[in-house]
Amino acid sequence: MFIKNPILEIKDLTVRFGGIKALDKVGFKVEKGSITALIGPNGAGKTTVFNCLTGFYKATSGSIFLNTDDGRVDIVKILGEPFRLSDFINPVAFISRLRYKMFGGSYLIARAGIARTFQNIRLFHEMTAMENLLVAQHMSINRNLVSGLLKLNSFKEAEERAINKAYDWLDIMGLRADANRFANELPYGHRRRLEIARAMCTDPALICLDEPAAGLNPRETDELSMLVRRLRDEFNTTVFIIEHDMTLVMDISEHVVVLNYGQVIANNDPESIRRDKAVLSAYLGTGNDD
Amino acid sequence: MTVSSRPPLVLILKDSLIAGAISLVIFGPICGIILDGYTFNTDFKIPLILTSIVTAGRFFFSFFGLPKLPDLSRIHPLANRKPTVPDKIFLGIVFAVFLIFPFVGSKYWLTVMILALIYVLLGLGLNIVVGLAGLLDLGFVAFYAVGAYGYALGYQYLGLGFWGSLPFSALIAATFGAILGFPVLRMHGDYLAIVTLGFGEIIRIVLNNWLEFTGGPNGVGAPLPTLFGLEFSRRAKQGGTPFHEYFNIGYSSTYKYIFIYLALLFFVVVIITAVSRLKKMPLGRAWEALREDEVACRSLGLNHVATKLSAFSMGAMIGGIGGVFFAAYQGFVNPSSFTFFESALILAVVVLGGLGSTVGVVTAAVILTILPEALRDFAGFRVLIFGILMVLMMIWRPKGLIKVKRPVFLQKGKG
Amino acid sequence: MEKYILGQQLVNGIVLGCTYGLIAVGYTMVYGIIGMINFAHGEVYMIAAYLAAIIIAVLTFFGINSAFLSLILTLAGTIVITSVYGWTIEKVAYKPLRNSPRLAPLISAIGISLVLQNYVQINQGAGNQGIPAVVSGAIKIGGGSNFFQITYMQAIIILAAVASMAILSIIINKTSLGRACRATQQDPKMAAILGIDTDRIISTVFIIGASMAGVAGVLVTMNYGSFDFFVGFITGIKAFTAAVLGGIGSLAGAMLGGLLLGLSESLFSGYVNTDYKDVFAFSLLVLILIFRPSGLLGRPEVEKV
Repeated sequence: MFIKNPILEIKDLTVRFGGIKALDKVGFKVEKGSITALIGPNGAGKTTVFNCLTGFYKATSGSIFLNTDDGRVDIVKILGEPFRLSDFINPVAFISRLRYKMFGGSYLIARAGIARTFQNIRLFHEMTAMENLLVAQHMSINRNLVSGLLKLNSFKEAEERAINKAYDWLDIMGLRADANRFANELPYGHRRRLEIARAMCTDPALICLDEPAAGLNPRETDELSMLVRRLRDEFNTTVFIIEHDMTLVMDISEHVVVLNYGQVIANNDPESIRRDKAVLSAYLGTGNDD
Repeated sequence: MTVSSRPPLVLILKDSLIAGAISLVIFGPICGIILDGYTFNTDFKIPLILTSIVTAGRFFFSFFGLPKLPDLSRIHPLANRKPTVPDKIFLGIVFAVFLIFPFVGSKYWLTVMILALIYVLLGLGLNIVVGLAGLLDLGFVAFYAVGAYGYALGYQYLGLGFWGSLPFSALIAATFGAILGFPVLRMHGDYLAIVTLGFGEIIRIVLNNWLEFTGGPNGVGAPLPTLFGLEFSRRAKQGGTPFHEYFNIGYSSTYKYIFIYLALLFFVVVIITAVSRLKKMPLGRAWEALREDEVACRSLGLNHVATKLSAFSMGAMIGGIGGVFFAAYQGFVNPSSFTFFESALILAVVVLGGLGSTVGVVTAAVILTILPEALRDFAGFRVLIFGILMVLMMIWRPKGLIKVKRPVFLQKGKG
Repeated sequence: MEKYILGQQLVNGIVLGCTYGLIAVGYTMVYGIIGMINFAHGEVYMIAAYLAAIIIAVLTFFGINSAFLSLILTLAGTIVITSVYGWTIEKVAYKPLRNSPRLAPLISAIGISLVLQNYVQINQGAGNQGIPAVVSGAIKIGGGSNFFQITYMQAIIILAAVASMAILSIIINKTSLGRACRATQQDPKMAAILGIDTDRIISTVFIIGASMAGVAGVLVTMNYGSFDFFVGFITGIKAFTAAVLGGIGSLAGAMLGGLLLGLSESLFSGYVNTDYKDVFAFSLLVLILIFRPSGLLGRPEVEKV
């Protein structure tokens, strides 16, 4: 499938855990401003792709590039790669690798513009919803220690802006009433939405949603569809979503990438995927399976 | 406990008897057969008493159910609420009492309060690391020692007085905090605890054995603090004028304690203010977020390395300041003051006070220092009681005696 | 000449290693099954030392002086009593906290460790405690002024360690109890669903660990002749270092780690510096946890996201 303006380029991504190949030369592109879905049977490697993308796993080989307004970011590089023999001859490469090995890591990815949610909802449970959203804004808030300790105006203004932005997101998600409640006291659907709001507070160029519809009833899933579209339309964010709920996938995605046993078996628009033989056999099994 | 949910009497009796039998095995040899060189004396009173207590207690609690620990946050005036006017008056009174105390209290209690305030400081420092950032540091005593030795050795080798040593030791302690934090970045929970414990022990052993530099087990003398060059000793040792001579009053050793106390109080207030401000700043929120879920933090772009190191450094710095005061108060430092038990004690202060709660830590530090003094007769049992308290606290109130309340954020101008 | 000094260091190192290995078993099994460091384990070792002295004193009082009988009875008695201690500690301080936040069991363990130290100190006094020699004599290797020796007591320690490890391996690998232990270690929930009484298994693990520490306590005390209420602390941490070195959760790792630590500590102590030998052990712990936290025989854990 031809991608005009890729925000994400994954090429030959391979991940090995011990003797198991979780991902085998996975490659695809994500169109900027699209809603792209990553689907596949359980164990296909979808979350592994996410984890490589967002910096929680280190790829064994392959490349991931993020194309932002600020330039092209080499995701694998900023996570810190192991040293290569050629580094000892090439001091620039050595220093760059050392720098990322010591100071790089998954947090740089969020700063580059990729945000994510988690399959098991990782909110800050003993903190309120507002606090969750405020923490997410740390990159844009006033972090100057002196101005905070002395409660200078610059600090107070920055805090107020952050609070307002947090409230705006609570309104979008319909969670205003939950603002000062503990995150772990909120109902399940609210927690899912809060996690998405938190990820959006980092102003990402690309947001990765890991099974956001899990555990939602049909009405909530419809609301989620509308929400995802809104994220893309109003906030200029590309949405990359792992999902099992096929109705949701077919409803909102423009591109679908299908994974099975760590390999890409299809990469097309939803209608074509629906009819793709390889996809059908991956999910349903061919007639020849014992 | 309702009658219907209580297990049958026979079962309770059987349980209690088994508990009793186990107690006999546990208490019998160790408490009953007391070694005396290569022979022994017997005293079966103690194990029998203990066994009876356990048996009776087991029966009682099985029969009547466990008591409910009261929620102290309802009683404690300063917990939980945004300070209202009556609260502020209460705080003012407390502060005034603290302020006037050195002038009216006995010298003995003055020294006790100095120690209490030092532990408040140490508790605040460890609270940042354990309570806010969730990093279980069992070697906090190392920073305390660095501060104390920094003061004593700073005077010996660099001629630094009290006021010069405070920033110096604080900085060195902060550096040690960062140095300690770096290797443990990837560790969690129990491993982190053991490694920090190891560091604490390494520092203590080095201090004990490096005779040429640290004076070994005999330690190093520490100078008395000065105020604008005025010394608090009977005769000037640091080249200044003795305090009492300058003001033409009789010498009293109490003056130096009053001075230390007031300087300490000043620092305690400053640090309490700083910490409560930090908690409402991005850095403080980052610490607490780190404690809650490090993976989520990283996914939000929080530099977990910098966050952890800042927690360690800040906690260490405060610990170092506490060390300086301790050295000034005691007049000398030696390694025996900086054992693992001290780390455990400071941890007890933080745990009992409520991880993350400033009010709790202050209260716990004061109580845990004053209580042993008030119960002098039980001095030998101090460690035992601490240990039991720690276990009970974890079983009944793992989050501390006083529940930490989260700050409320309202939007200005809107509903 | 050098050969014999080296020989002595090696002997001492192996004996030390066996000690660490025996105690490390307790740490590694408990960590493997409930994922926490039993901070109070070192104190069980200390209590075993006192029990050894007490039992020997009582036996002497009743006129039992045979080395063999004393050894057997002391071991038996200590194993029984330390098992009870191990069981009780788990029931009192750890079981109520199985579902508590992470820090709670560790803090509770520290509390128990302090309680046990002080409890023994109050009852038995704070001073150094001695124990009369039970087994004397040694095997000399070499002659004249160039020799090293293995005392019979040291030989017993090595034999006991080997025997204990063998018995334990058989239990873990060949019995249904061992299978239940391994299952609970790998997946406690599943094991419970399959009908394994996980509470009983956990208690069993604690009892096994405590017994091994008991054996170590008795034999080491008989070897060195003196101890006090504080011996559990440093030895405990070192044994934990051994467990981590070998790979936490692995029985063979505990013994391997113990031997490695014992040998390196002995060599360091003999050839470099005795005062800093604890610093050496702690530094080793730090380095292992930084660079290879899964130890030699453990499997690297992948972070679950």
